[in-house]
Amino acid sequence: MSKELIKGNEAIIKGALLAGAKCYFGYPITPASEIAHAAAFYFPAIGRTFLQAESEIAAIQMCYGAAGTGVRCLTASSGPGISLKQEGISYSAGSELPIVIADIMRGGPGLGNIAPEQSDYNQVVKGGGHGNYKCLVLAPNCGQEMCDLTILAFDLADKYRTPVYILTDGFIGQMMESVEFPQPLKIDQSHKAEWAIMGNKETKHNLINSIYLEAEELEEHNIKLQRKYAEMEKNEVRFQTYKTEDAEIIVSGYGIVSRVLKSAVDVLRKQGIKAGLMRPITLFPFPKNEYAKFAAKVDNIFVCELSNGQMVDDVRLAVGKAKAKIHFYGRMGGVVPTVAELVEKITEIVKG
Amino acid sequence: MAKDILRKPGGFMDTFVYKPGQDKGNTHYCPGCGHGILHKLIAEALVDLGVVDRTIMVSPVGCSVFVYYYFATGNIQVAHGRAPAVATGLKRSNPDSIVISYQGDGDLAAIGGNNILHAANRGENITVFFVNNAIYGMTGGQMAPTTLLGQKTMTSPYGRKIENEGYPMKVVELLSTLSAPAYLERTSLDDSKNIAKTRKAVRKAIQCQIDGKGFSLVEVLSMCPSQWKTTPVESKKWIKERMIPYYPLGVKKDVIEERAGYFPPKIDIDDESIKEMLGLKKEKLFRDRAMSDVPEKYRNPQIKIAGFGGQGVLLLGQTLAEAGMRHGWNVSWIPSYGPEMRGGTANCQVNISEGPIGSPVVDFPTILVALNKPSLDKFEETVQPGGVVFYNTSMIDRKPKRNDIEAIGLPFSDIADELGSLKFANMVVVGAVLEKTKLIDMDIVKDALKEVIHNKKFVETNIVAIDRGAKAV
Repeated sequence: MSKELIKGNEAIIKGALLAGAKCYFGYPITPASEIAHAAAFYFPAIGRTFLQAESEIAAIQMCYGAAGTGVRCLTASSGPGISLKQEGISYSAGSELPIVIADIMRGGPGLGNIAPEQSDYNQVVKGGGHGNYKCLVLAPNCGQEMCDLTILAFDLADKYRTPVYILTDGFIGQMMESVEFPQPLKIDQSHKAEWAIMGNKETKHNLINSIYLEAEELEEHNIKLQRKYAEMEKNEVRFQTYKTEDAEIIVSGYGIVSRVLKSAVDVLRKQGIKAGLMRPITLFPFPKNEYAKFAAKVDNIFVCELSNGQMVDDVRLAVGKAKAKIHFYGRMGGVVPTVAELVEKITEIVKG
Repeated sequence: MAKDILRKPGGFMDTFVYKPGQDKGNTHYCPGCGHGILHKLIAEALVDLGVVDRTIMVSPVGCSVFVYYYFATGNIQVAHGRAPAVATGLKRSNPDSIVISYQGDGDLAAIGGNNILHAANRGENITVFFVNNAIYGMTGGQMAPTTLLGQKTMTSPYGRKIENEGYPMKVVELLSTLSAPAYLERTSLDDSKNIAKTRKAVRKAIQCQIDGKGFSLVEVLSMCPSQWKTTPVESKKWIKERMIPYYPLGVKKDVIEERAGYFPPKIDIDDESIKEMLGLKKEKLFRDRAMSDVPEKYRNPQIKIAGFGGQGVLLLGQTLAEAGMRHGWNVSWIPSYGPEMRGGTANCQVNISEGPIGSPVVDFPTILVALNKPSLDKFEETVQPGGVVFYNTSMIDRKPKRNDIEAIGLPFSDIADELGSLKFANMVVVGAVLEKTKLIDMDIVKDALKEVIHNKKFVETNIVAIDRGAKAV
């Protein structure tokens, strides 16, 4: 049996290797460093490449190069490091390179602290760097998903030729849970010869590029990218609901918050309040329709984040003028709300 | 014969298909610019060395941003200054390719200074052609790190001054202080003799990579009549009279001959070995158990373990979680991490549950392990009514105050000391907790120990510690 008690951060690396990742380029930062530690340990052990880059900027650019040759590769960091990587992520989106990037969020702004926050939502989900692009964003909330969604991230990155994020908080990264690992996957990457530069005759006419001098040409490229994002919105929305069928209030959050909210739902139900949990798994594409459906059914939607309220903007956009009122409760600086605290906040809303 | 000589080198594309506009036969460079000459030398070398098909050209930002218009190789266009990092990714992921980074002075020496320094210092087996024309060309004639003292540019309109901008940067000399680079030379394009030397250097640098000798870089002094506001003829004179005296030509480092070529081994590992290396094939003792077999008050425990850093608090929690998992239950373990850890106290929170675990945060434990007094003082109040506190009487001189909880005081540290080290206190606790709660079978926890204790020579003594703890209850 390949069940293991393992830190979320480490599960990302085992998942990546089982998904056929050939290279890891990274730079250490708390609370994401265990990802680099595990990569440094396991990648060379099975003949793959681990390299500690001179900077976050270089790490993502090394991925740009490796992805350009058609191999699966990844990097990982946390808030301040992700800010630095934005240059390379914009270029990767522009050049349509499949790269997996894990962001294990910590407190900000600036140096902030190393405790869990969810304040990178805007810089990750909204595009972060310059230009008209978005990245696909997956938000695991347990050890098993740290593995499973990493594997999925590689598939989606290849499918759409786009950078894909694993976005979670330091809590999920640092937590150990039992994870069941799959068999090593057989990945056929030969189709990448159509665009990758593999240093051979077959691919020498390929060009990886994000520069389009003519305005019309660049617009056309941008339109193509937008079509791709629309395609993702059509096909890749993922979410999980818990006891929402008869819910009179919907509570929502991602990462560690979704776990606390789930427990809060159980407590609330014991107290006679029919609460249900809506947890987005993809943050882009955002499950807009699902929120809209809930907003038409219930009077109140309660959103909790470890931030000043970033995802809640997407909920508001999704809901539009529907009848539900959107309530936000956020903790910052690394404070994770307790179940009792959320139960109290939600009860206040329901009791009016 | 003459036809042959005048033909475009085979390293170039026949028609420059990526180049916009009508003219697909000529480069975009200004009259008198050095880039075209260097491009030609590289294109010829790639053919003569037989590596055109294997080559990947990295196009930078600057005038040579359009390197990809011309070379009949794999092409990748990259961010300003990042070419050495991208080249590293290309080469590491595909060591059979020949990776050439072509960069200007703003790109390489200013914004990408960190990247070139580290690629060189790692000894990346790539080749860099560094065009030094002492100015930003494409961006419109601004000052570069290599701009000469007194030289007027758009951003040094009164001339470069030592007091404001410092001295022009001598890149090859700088890199030559590093141990890793194999070959570093500065050449010039100002006359036919120097062009011939550049031709030789270009070939040597590429050959260096082909032979696996490591990092090679050729700095090429090159004309920029457009931004220097000179004629092509004057610009060659300017190199000779102004640049070469400050940037002396010649080989700055060459250890090619004394170095053995290195080619990273190709390792193909089968699935079973991958699983083995990832630790997914370990023999572990699993035995499903119903939570109903556990005395009711100890079922689905939410556990908090607290003590001084160094008392093995985190490992204690991991052992319980690992063992709980072996009974088929859901488990979670979270450390207190960050500043809290460094303050001398540590705690971790463990859930063991038959059903899915919602919040893994244990604010109100059903089992509290307090290994020192501050931990008991801090967490006693949070224990759920009916919960149980295990406290370390070796270090705590009071009993818990509450009467709605079960309190079990044992001299965990003293027992551990008898076993030879205070470090075993955590496993004495494990024995006591499991004996009292009957939560996990002893054979399971002992097998779990093998997984959580990395230094195998301590496993046996830890097993003894568990037994002693169990007996002490």
